Amino acid sequence: MMIDIILLTLVLLMTLWTVMTTRLLSSVIGLALTSVVLSVILFRLNSPWAAVFELSVCAGLIPVIFITTISFTQRLTPEQFITRKKKRLARFWYLPVIVILAGVLLSRLHLSFDFTLPQPAFENNLKDLFWNQRHLDLLGQIAILLAAVFGVVVFFKEAKQ
Amino acid sequence: MISLFGLFGIFIVLMLIAGIYYIVATLNLIRVLIGIEILMKAATLSIILAGYLGGNSALAQSMVITLIVIEVEIMVVVGGVVLNVYRHNHNIDTSELRKLKG
Repeated sequence: MMIDIILLTLVLLMTLWTVMTTRLLSSVIGLALTSVVLSVILFRLNSPWAAVFELSVCAGLIPVIFITTISFTQRLTPEQFITRKKKRLARFWYLPVIVILAGVLLSRLHLSFDFTLPQPAFENNLKDLFWNQRHLDLLGQIAILLAAVFGVVVFFKEAKQ
Repeated sequence: MISLFGLFGIFIVLMLIAGIYYIVATLNLIRVLIGIEILMKAATLSIILAGYLGGNSALAQSMVITLIVIEVEIMVVVGGVVLNVYRHNHNIDTSELRKLKG
């Protein structure tokens, strides 16, 4: 329980750093670190496959996509950077206050749910469940990936002269 | 003594608050994407938690794997949209995208 609290606090701190930091690259790195800590939590919650996907895709691939997108845009001049930093600070200083207040409020409420779901007949081995019962998910995933490829091709298509 | 569900629930709600605030308060389109990503992380954690507490981790994991695939798809396609916006306007600050007005 103590380790869970430490890990969850770490995830929240990483999230807040992602949100509060002025530099876009730092924000992306914060997001990747959030994914790394989240994958440790997923391992602890008995979900190793989800943790592996989270670590490889969300902490590995998605930051690369973000950094590629950022590299195509132009860097701000120092004057613009200082102006935007001040504006950002004015907009974002409420957030830590709201998060701390909400955290204190929620912990005081002592929310207790009787979380006993009705147990359906289920397969507890991911491999068997994925290939035998949820195989249509794979078709959906392939369709989604094809949609993404199609979308990217359409977005970057050059007009014919 | 707070339950495991209560403990994780508090942190999931706080992550959701941070993500929603980020999306609402920021003016940069790439930061909006990062906000969506934070919301998806909170959703991932809640699905896995539900699977763990309900004793059905395999189903939760298969759902999370699908969620991650969808997440990548959204990031790639919307990243392309942001780049196209940048190409046409030389700016991704939503307060300065005047050409979007009809």
